[in-house]
Amino acid sequence: MKKFTQHQGIVAPLDRANVDTDMIIPKQFLKSIKRSGFGPNLFDELRYLDEGQPDQDCSQRPLNPDFVLNKPRYEGCSILLARKNFGCGSSREHAPWALEDFGIRAIIAPSYADIFFNNSFKNGLLPIILEEATVDALFQAVEANEGYQLTIDLEKQVVIQPDGTELVFDIDAFRKHCLLNGLDDIGLTLEQADAIRDYEAARRQTAPWLFS
Amino acid sequence: MSGKTLYDKLWDDHLVKQNSDGSALLYIDRHLLHEVTSPQAFEGLRLAGRKPWRIDTNLATPDHNVQTTDRSGGVDSIVDPISRIQVKTLDENCDSFGITEFKMNDARQGIVHVVGPEQGATLPGMTVVCGDSHTATHGAFAALAHGIGTSEVEHVLATQCLIAKKMENMLVRVSGQLGVGVTAKDVVLHIIGVIGTAGGTGYAIEFGGDAIGSISMEGRMTICNMAIEAGARVGLVGVDDKTIAYVKDRPFAPKGPQWEQAVEAWKNLVSDDDAEFDHVVEINAEDILPQVTWGTSPEMVAPVTACVPDPAQMSDPVKREGTERALHYMGLKPNQKLTDIQLDRVFIGSCTNSRIEDLREAAAVVKGKKVASSLKQALVVPGSGLVKQQAEAEGLDKIFMDAGMEWREPGCSMCLAMNPDKLGAGEHCASTSNRNFEGRQGFGGRTHLVSPAMAAAAAVVGRFVDIRDILSA
Ligand code: SF4
Repeated sequence: MKKFTQHQGIVAPLDRANVDTDMIIPKQFLKSIKRSGFGPNLFDELRYLDEGQPDQDCSQRPLNPDFVLNKPRYEGCSILLARKNFGCGSSREHAPWALEDFGIRAIIAPSYADIFFNNSFKNGLLPIILEEATVDALFQAVEANEGYQLTIDLEKQVVIQPDGTELVFDIDAFRKHCLLNGLDDIGLTLEQADAIRDYEAARRQTAPWLFS
Repeated sequence: MSGKTLYDKLWDDHLVKQNSDGSALLYIDRHLLHEVTSPQAFEGLRLAGRKPWRIDTNLATPDHNVQTTDRSGGVDSIVDPISRIQVKTLDENCDSFGITEFKMNDARQGIVHVVGPEQGATLPGMTVVCGDSHTATHGAFAALAHGIGTSEVEHVLATQCLIAKKMENMLVRVSGQLGVGVTAKDVVLHIIGVIGTAGGTGYAIEFGGDAIGSISMEGRMTICNMAIEAGARVGLVGVDDKTIAYVKDRPFAPKGPQWEQAVEAWKNLVSDDDAEFDHVVEINAEDILPQVTWGTSPEMVAPVTACVPDPAQMSDPVKREGTERALHYMGLKPNQKLTDIQLDRVFIGSCTNSRIEDLREAAAVVKGKKVASSLKQALVVPGSGLVKQQAEAEGLDKIFMDAGMEWREPGCSMCLAMNPDKLGAGEHCASTSNRNFEGRQGFGGRTHLVSPAMAAAAAVVGRFVDIRDILSA
């Protein structure tokens, strides 16, 4: 897994609540059997004016000029500022894959849907939770200042604003450790193979029908 | 010390190891797979040179991409080459790893969440996961069931475990008697309307109360299926006689002395009387009317007797903007009556409502009637090959076709339109599925979520009608 330690980047504001994973990456792109290449179709229905198809050259498609990621001032953005319940709906991991492939390294929002939140960590994408009022203030700051950037320091668990003020965020210790070190979950779990076998042996006694 | 909730019990029974940092290793008893979220997981396994930990816990079936029209040509007859590759990839992966798969033309093939319970592959007390958010469905059997991402699919394949964190406990208690024409679908839509699309985030929701007890297993599956639309990964219903009767004699269910032993253990799969929930929501069954969604999130729902809400009346700016955007997308006007919405298509199917009872409910409404001439299409898509067989044995297929509806092969179909069944831009659809997100059923398509009976009635009239008027007529 990709490491996440510190990151500085341009912030793009996506000002709507309940952004679902169908919106992040529409279903027709889920037919791929690969993990990469979803970036050009991130937010496909919002980003383009036509209906996108897999394996299409997106550089020829008509862009929706009103969509935030198409505005020149947010070009090269790598931090997405979002509203509550981001990533709701389908469990598709294609959503974090698409965000990551597009170049997003971190998201800042007041809340996330559980599965999306979980999936993000597996892909080196950091979903940061800040209070609604703080997120509101960031939306205003981003709108007001072209080229607005934030710095994220995962070790210290802070988002640093251009004036140097720090916004502290919470993160689960295990997830932080994995992200900082780019650890592979499966490898970690397999280190517990004996514990898994012990569990199975005990469970086989109490619930044999699960093993026959 | 207070008692345990059902979720607490399921969690404790599957805990391999609790780590000091709050994360835990949870053992998985059943892993369901479909073609969309598994290819990258199998590829990851191969690249790392790993093997599945326990092959026998895995069960696969293709459902999202398969066409629901003629399949006699087999997988090669899937027209879209990318869909075809995805289905073939699942077949190849299952063959090479030795995983049981109900392939496209197997009578047991179907939507993974219909197939699991139908086969008895979902049992009370199990942990059930699948790379699909509607895995919550299986919680109707007092199984701890939830959706996972593809990285976790790979993790479960390789280790038989998940790294998990305990959720909080929520009880949604539905008390009283449901009115005539009010179905499980209306119950869950009403609940989502009350708690909101993020109301259950971070919780395992247990649905309880006498109204839930009165609902059949299939209805309970409909309710748990949509727990995720309220933000909860897990929906649960405690074990009762209905649960055990439903599971008995299914192909994967235990037999003989093991059956007796299992039933004894399953009886304990209810929340203790003195269990404490972190949050309790009380719902009065009599307050629930037949529901219709008007917007682009399942929480944008109202009784069929209501009007489209007026954003101008909303004080919360985020809610107002969300409503305005939804009405714009849906092509609806504030204060317009829901029964005035003209429909273009009707879809009866999906893992929410494609079981035999759903089809019976819809057939009873359309029997001897005709689909409105203003409709372009009314599709009925059974949830599995076995549901299809059963429906045909009961003559339901004939009732639908006589009414002018299309009777199809099993799969996800227009629920998410990854296969050729989709809405055109601007078309309104009465759908028994679970998501009314923008573009979900086709680019620019407008979805209204309803029960099978409401969808069937809408098919006959061409717009929404109160099913209670039809039933009492
Ligand atoms: S029927 Fe719809 S919601 Fe259910 S698994 Fe298929 S696509 Fe997902």
